[in-house]
Amino acid sequence: MIKHLLSGGDLDVDTATEILDTAAEMATVAGREIKKLPALRGRTVVNLFYEDSTRTRISFEAAAKRLSADVINFSAKGSSVTKGESLKDTALTLQAMGADAVVIRHPASGAPHRLANWVDGSVVNAGDGTHEHPTQALLDAYTMRARLGRLAGLSVAVVGDVLHSRVARSNVLLLSTLGAKVTLVGPPTLIPVDIAGALAPGTDVSYDLDSVLPNVDVVMMLRVQRERMNDSYFPSAREYARRYGLDGPRMRRLPEHAIVMHPGPMNRGMEITPEVADSPRSTIVEQVTNGVSVRMAVLYLLLGGNNR
Amino acid sequence: MTAYLITSVSVVGAAPTDLLIRDGVIAEVGPGLTAPDATVVDGTGLVALPGLVDLHTHLREPGREDAETVESGSRAAALGGYTAVCAMANTSPVADTAGVVEQVWRLGREAALVDVQPIGAVTVGLAGERLAELGAMADSAARVRIFSDDGHCVADPKLMRRALEYVKAFDGIIAQHAEEPRLTEGAQMHEGEVSTRLGLIGWPAVAEEAIIARDVLLAEHVGSRLHVCHVSTAGSVEVLRQAKARGVRVTAEVTPHHLLLTDERAETYDPVYKVNPPLRTAADIAALRAALADGVIDVIATDHAPHAVEDKECEWAYARPGMLGLETALSIALDVLGPEWDLIAERMSRTPARIAGLTGHGVDPAPGVPANLTLIDPAARRTIEPAELASRSRNTPYARMTLPGRIVATFLRGEPTVLDGKAVK
Repeated sequence: MIKHLLSGGDLDVDTATEILDTAAEMATVAGREIKKLPALRGRTVVNLFYEDSTRTRISFEAAAKRLSADVINFSAKGSSVTKGESLKDTALTLQAMGADAVVIRHPASGAPHRLANWVDGSVVNAGDGTHEHPTQALLDAYTMRARLGRLAGLSVAVVGDVLHSRVARSNVLLLSTLGAKVTLVGPPTLIPVDIAGALAPGTDVSYDLDSVLPNVDVVMMLRVQRERMNDSYFPSAREYARRYGLDGPRMRRLPEHAIVMHPGPMNRGMEITPEVADSPRSTIVEQVTNGVSVRMAVLYLLLGGNNR
Repeated sequence: MTAYLITSVSVVGAAPTDLLIRDGVIAEVGPGLTAPDATVVDGTGLVALPGLVDLHTHLREPGREDAETVESGSRAAALGGYTAVCAMANTSPVADTAGVVEQVWRLGREAALVDVQPIGAVTVGLAGERLAELGAMADSAARVRIFSDDGHCVADPKLMRRALEYVKAFDGIIAQHAEEPRLTEGAQMHEGEVSTRLGLIGWPAVAEEAIIARDVLLAEHVGSRLHVCHVSTAGSVEVLRQAKARGVRVTAEVTPHHLLLTDERAETYDPVYKVNPPLRTAADIAALRAALADGVIDVIATDHAPHAVEDKECEWAYARPGMLGLETALSIALDVLGPEWDLIAERMSRTPARIAGLTGHGVDPAPGVPANLTLIDPAARRTIEPAELASRSRNTPYARMTLPGRIVATFLRGEPTVLDGKAVK
């Protein structure tokens, strides 16, 4: 097993599959009366969050607690971080407290890579800047496999602000490893340069959502911030929604079996309409549930729970 | 004043000869010299070059003496084979008045390890809004001739035009940091495959090339001298090539790191590789090396940029850009160009001295010329240990790399500043 989970690219087929299979076992715990395993008893997991992200933090917190780990939430707000303590000094503090794993959310791309140099424990990237969010990609893959029965050979469209999306980068890397075909869709201003060479050969790019929809098994809508229009990435929220938003008529262009995903939080009316978000094709609520199981599997395997 | 007899040394790659240094100048050149009063330096196997001249050094004083001082930077320069450095203006306070440039100049004289030639800011506070008192800096004791807002681009075309015109009155030159600021907002590294993968905001090559294209046209229009700092892209080389073919009075420099390191270094997220302009691609490196050989790029300049530990041991996006360069530049040049001593002397000594107007520097050892020279052991190889550098900072991108060449001695006007590879003071 790998020591840290920093990137979707850290996972080969066997490791990724082991995580997904373990997550499936963890999911059975959620159905029990007592939703708790003793696997990480006596181990300490620190949630080090430099950005507000309640949903990701509570997902990791629930995962660690269901494995009986001791959980310390270290939020940048109201801590020494706001007094100017460096990431390195914070890392040394956590190290001195004996953290077995540090789950880090940070606005700067690569911060988890830096942290991994400074602590002995495992580092889990819970989203870094505009770089990656590998546990999101794992829970997305888990959701696709649960709904569609496989990952190899699936055709997945990832739609929206790919340029600024850590979810997109991790998904491209992981899904390509697992044999799915990814097409990135968005206005050219929001598709980063050299994406196929940068992430995974075989990744396609399209600027035309309507032409892509009839041929995909999964459409994953990314959150698009309205403020991007102030930096001329697109002219207006209305034009964005018209060209790249998923509404009812567009959803009906999808094949019968295709599912609609969104990592949340949604901008209803921007990239997705309520009709789509609340439809039976939507997996948005399942993704949240699966997130806990996948994060349990990641913590369990990184901390060697299976070797004890 | 002690006389020095350097025996059996190859002057700029020629057959070994002896050099006698007396009273600050080269007294004699020829085989079999004797001088009973002189201290003998065995030059067997060594190459003598005119003392290196750096057009682009950040000495950080005044303001960030924790990162570097004029004295520590001068010592680093001497150890790197330099006898003159041009100190950039982005200090705190900014070197935008006669008072500040004279302070830096005086500190350089007191350290007496290299000649420190201050560069003046083009605009007040480097703010890019109105001209600093360029004439007052030119007329000061520091005799400033190069003006630069380095770290910032003089982006306003009208201001750039006026600056180019104005300095003609005292044969000044504007050294431009070519970076269109609107195209590089928040930029962290070269825009390309690697920036996409790392999720770091890209610094596109066109942001440099567009400014150079504009500036060579402005310099042509007003008939002024333009110098382009730290050229980093293949496209910039082509713009410069065409401008020079038309006779535009433009010169250009490239840094050692842009000749050797690619943007893939960023994959560690270690900000020791963060620099502005950013490290580019292998194709850019190939174009820069070719341009250095054929003369489209005139000069290797270090852009020596010391930073305190806390400004580098942090997240990539929060780190300051810049790398140390003075103590490794000659080795990188030797690695990149091979033992092409005449070309190295041209790009690292003669031409930068001419651009900066530093008479007495950049002149090959010959009877009667000021004894500004450096002795290199080309056969030596050394492994770079950051803790052993003379700079106050440690942000070298070459840590634990083994590089060719070692500076054995450096003489400033006949006085050794380095002997046996060690600073004399």
